[in-house]
Amino acid sequence: MGQSPAAENVPLVEIRGVSRRFGAKTVLDDVSLNVERGEIFGLLGPSGSGKTTLIKLITGIDKADEGTVRMFGETMPKLSLLQRYGYMAQSDALYQELTARENLRFFASLYGLAGSRREERIRAAMEIVDLNDHLNKTVSAYSGGMKRRLSLAISLLHEPELLILDEPTVGIDPVLRRSIWEELLALRDRGTSIVLTTHVMDEADKCDRIGLIRDGRLTAVDTPQGLKNRSGTDSIEQAFIVLGGGAPS
Amino acid sequence: MRTRALAVRIIRQFLRDKRTMALLFLAPLLVLTLMHFVFNGQTVKPDVGVAGIPSAVTAKVDPETARIVDYPDRKEAEEDLRDGKLDAVISIENGKPAILLEGTDPSMAKAVQLLLQKTLQADMLTVQPQISYLYGDEDLSSFDSFGPVLIGFFSFFFVFLLAGVSFLRERTTGTLERLLATPIRRSEVVAGYLLGFGLFTLAQATLIAWFSIRVLGIYMAGSVWLVLLINLLLTLTALTLGTLLSSYAGTEFQIIQFIPLVIVPQVFFSGLFNLEAMNPWLQKLSYVMPLYYGADAMRDIMLRGKGLAGIQVDIYVLLGFSVLFALLNVAALKKQRTI
Ligand SMILES: Nc1ncnc2c1ncn2[C@@H]1O[C@H](COP(=O)(O)OP(=O)(O)OP(=O)(O)O)[C@@H](O)[C@H]1O
Ligand SMILES: [Mg+2]
Repeated sequence: MGQSPAAENVPLVEIRGVSRRFGAKTVLDDVSLNVERGEIFGLLGPSGSGKTTLIKLITGIDKADEGTVRMFGETMPKLSLLQRYGYMAQSDALYQELTARENLRFFASLYGLAGSRREERIRAAMEIVDLNDHLNKTVSAYSGGMKRRLSLAISLLHEPELLILDEPTVGIDPVLRRSIWEELLALRDRGTSIVLTTHVMDEADKCDRIGLIRDGRLTAVDTPQGLKNRSGTDSIEQAFIVLGGGAPS
Repeated sequence: MRTRALAVRIIRQFLRDKRTMALLFLAPLLVLTLMHFVFNGQTVKPDVGVAGIPSAVTAKVDPETARIVDYPDRKEAEEDLRDGKLDAVISIENGKPAILLEGTDPSMAKAVQLLLQKTLQADMLTVQPQISYLYGDEDLSSFDSFGPVLIGFFSFFFVFLLAGVSFLRERTTGTLERLLATPIRRSEVVAGYLLGFGLFTLAQATLIAWFSIRVLGIYMAGSVWLVLLINLLLTLTALTLGTLLSSYAGTEFQIIQFIPLVIVPQVFFSGLFNLEAMNPWLQKLSYVMPLYYGADAMRDIMLRGKGLAGIQVDIYVLLGFSVLFALLNVAALKKQRTI
């Protein structure tokens, strides 16, 4: 995409020695990891382990107390980099009084989409999450799962090179979850890189690489097969217990 | 373009929210109407009991200004005073007029004293002074006098509340964080809010001014356009101050807690009450209160008929407040995102 060869070689996301404290509590402790171009990177960890905190540091909404986050080779936070990723927060940040279409139009405009291109992208994104029939409903009339899907659609609007998704499939039924995963894999095959968090083991298996996170520490980073081999087990769940020292929630 | 998108979104949300629309547009009219009826210029008419006063004297009292009840005996009149039937009793004691006031209502007490003075002096004064007015006229009611302040106050108060609450909601529902994960600048967020709300506040100011002047018939010596201008400036100040303070509130209830801290003191210093009796050091506090300048300008326009030149200091100060608060808003957003 018009980048210099040097930029092609740097990791998409490069986290170096990042720590984050809230008061006396250390929520992230010296975390380092790379996300490479064209992979799905999954963060797996129990509730409260620091996944969302790490995601927010990557997006630049929050700032690390120590360490650096680089995206596309540039240090975060940086305004121009905010255009280059799509973000889905863990809690749906939607305007309840507005219709889905109005929400989508608003966010699309913030990413610089306008006119027929904007409408086209809204259709395409809503197609992926299977919500095109509900475009004109107000969000307050949406179910929990529909809101999750709408949030996902918003993150896809401007066709970003990088998707950052915090628990994208929570509250979504198995059938739709599968079709969303098919879509994520297809996006990856077309060159989009994805960072996501999950609780679900069979989702972790679909990632290219997984980072196991526990009590704010990254305990292992490897491919699903690599984690199983290292721990001498045959499921991610067991690998997590062996490598992380406890069961994920 | 992002600013416009944000403004359009705010306007859409507003139009969906009928209750808030009603609060913004109908509540000020309702309160102004009530105020109008309470202070519509009818002077207080005391009930005065007299005992032992010659009827030649009581006959001189204009029945429009007081109701006179003659008692054969002072004790009986005092009894009725105690029962709340009278506001004062006038009698002769030791050859001199004596007046016993009910005493709980200062305005009633003053009215009685004035009445007594007028009646006693009517004989002595042979040359009545000619009375004329620099501003206003003899029909100017209390409502006319503090109405301009009220008009400014409502614009300020409701916009402060609404802007504070809606910005807070944006933060507590997580949409602000989501917004700041897009390439929008912090200044664009503030500008979007100003634009979106500005439109409604302009409509509100127009409605309040129109209603007060045309329907309630408030005294109006100057230009309606200047009234609108000052109202707009006041609401911009309220808007920027409301959003600024909302970043120090965690809940809607905490926004309400700002009212006694931020709004009520401004009311006291806005000119509704005469400040001349106050300690001069305390009086200087009014210089940091936006409503003081807004109210000052509104009175100058509506009562004294002043033009742009007469109120330009107020305009500059209000503009200054708005710009200052807006910049502080941009800075306060740093708490949410450092760039
Ligand atoms: N703003 C904050 N102030 C204080 N503590 C916080 C704050 N945000 C997060 N924490 C704490 O940091 C820890 C990690 O939180 P985080 O949201 O990152 O967990 P998580 O792994 O995303 O959990 P979940 O799977 O439940 O979403 C928690 O113990 C939480 O209480
Ligand atoms: Mg989380």
